[in-house]
Amino acid sequence: MAEALRLALVIAAKDVRAELRNRTAILSASVFAALVLVIFYFSRDPTAVPAIVLAPSVLWVTFAFAAIVALNRAFTVEREHGAIDGLLLAPVPRGALFLGKYLANLAFVGVVQAVTLPLFVVFFNVDLGPALPGIIGTAVLATVGFVAVGTVFSAMAVRTRFAELMLPVLLLPFMVWPMRWAVEITARLLDGRPLSEMLGWLRLLALYDVVFLTLCIMVFGAVVDE
Amino acid sequence: MPSSDGPLLEAFDLHRTYGAVRVLCGVGVRLAAGETLAVVGPNGAGKTTLLRVLAGLTRPARGEVRVLGRPLHRGNHDARRSIGFLPHQSLLYDDLTVEENVVFAARLFGLPDPRRAARRILQELDLASRSRDRPRQLSRGLLQRAALARALVHAPSVLLLDEPFTGLDADGADRLGTVLRDRLAAGAAAVLVTHQLAEAWDLATCVGVLVAGRWALEGPREGALADFTPRWAAALHG
Repeated sequence: MAEALRLALVIAAKDVRAELRNRTAILSASVFAALVLVIFYFSRDPTAVPAIVLAPSVLWVTFAFAAIVALNRAFTVEREHGAIDGLLLAPVPRGALFLGKYLANLAFVGVVQAVTLPLFVVFFNVDLGPALPGIIGTAVLATVGFVAVGTVFSAMAVRTRFAELMLPVLLLPFMVWPMRWAVEITARLLDGRPLSEMLGWLRLLALYDVVFLTLCIMVFGAVVDE
Repeated sequence: MPSSDGPLLEAFDLHRTYGAVRVLCGVGVRLAAGETLAVVGPNGAGKTTLLRVLAGLTRPARGEVRVLGRPLHRGNHDARRSIGFLPHQSLLYDDLTVEENVVFAARLFGLPDPRRAARRILQELDLASRSRDRPRQLSRGLLQRAALARALVHAPSVLLLDEPFTGLDADGADRLGTVLRDRLAAGAAAVLVTHQLAEAWDLATCVGVLVAGRWALEGPREGALADFTPRWAAALHG
């Protein structure tokens, strides 16, 4: 177990180091998130729908799309020069390989969300105030699950000819429910509602995380090995 | 490097198809310590597939690969640790330096001092002065040496090398020859896939001519390359 964790950290550290050098995933996903917010900002009629009504959906749609852009990069780097073969040849349990890629993806998506949130506040003039810790917690809870699914699908999509198109097609159906629960929670947080009103959705998010993280660790080997 | 009385690498009755195309049909390999099999054959003969099957990257439809007497499968980490594989591609990351790439490989193989092991192999392949360069900054020959450093850093006992001399200048080829001879003398075994048999002839103890996924000719290397060439040509043309 300790060895698997060591290997996972080695792989995650490699991805983070490479990303710090080229900033491809984080920069492109952050710019993409900003553009999505700009489009939402200019495409709504402020006299018809108040910003606060749209805000939770806009925030999570932006998070979801930006995450897909970041996740697309996860295995593209492994395809260049056949580097994935180097990982598969090494005596690395597939669970550790998944965990390494997953931790790096979690870090990238987390950074993109951290960049997106202040932009969202600026564009939609939302006072996060006391809701901020709750929104961060919800983001963490939702992200843990869909990044796990995204890591597996990213490994699957990269073997196809149209990897950039395949990932959203595969991943978005699995993001519908956590996004919906996260929107419900965020709407109530912004409305200052008590935590008891959100417990059901928080439990569902936690359940989604446990189920899909476990499933992803189990199936990852079958996805990456021939 | 682990020592073994039995063969280091054995493969029995390997079959592999891609769709309707039969790429390997009943190929076997058996190599003991110090032995080198040079594999030649026309394009599409199945040489690269054979190496990938021997490395455990491609699963055979039938047959088995054993490394150090143990079956090579996903969970057998000891067997995997014994393999050094150099494919056509470098397996290097463009955003890491050459040394970082080799250190990363050393860490994956669990070496106790990855940085030291990386520096040693880079020195051995005369690449120390370019260790801080990115792979994209290297010439074809230097890139091949960096890929070799990555493949050999963990001192594998079974070397699977696909066109290892490609892109190397005369000095580079000599140095690679020396490194491989040292490894073989220390008890390793190697499979060298090549289009230029002359480059691998001196290293080879056995030669195999692969045609349409079968050994058209296979056996110990005997005599000079000039004597072998007509037999090779005859095997190629059926």
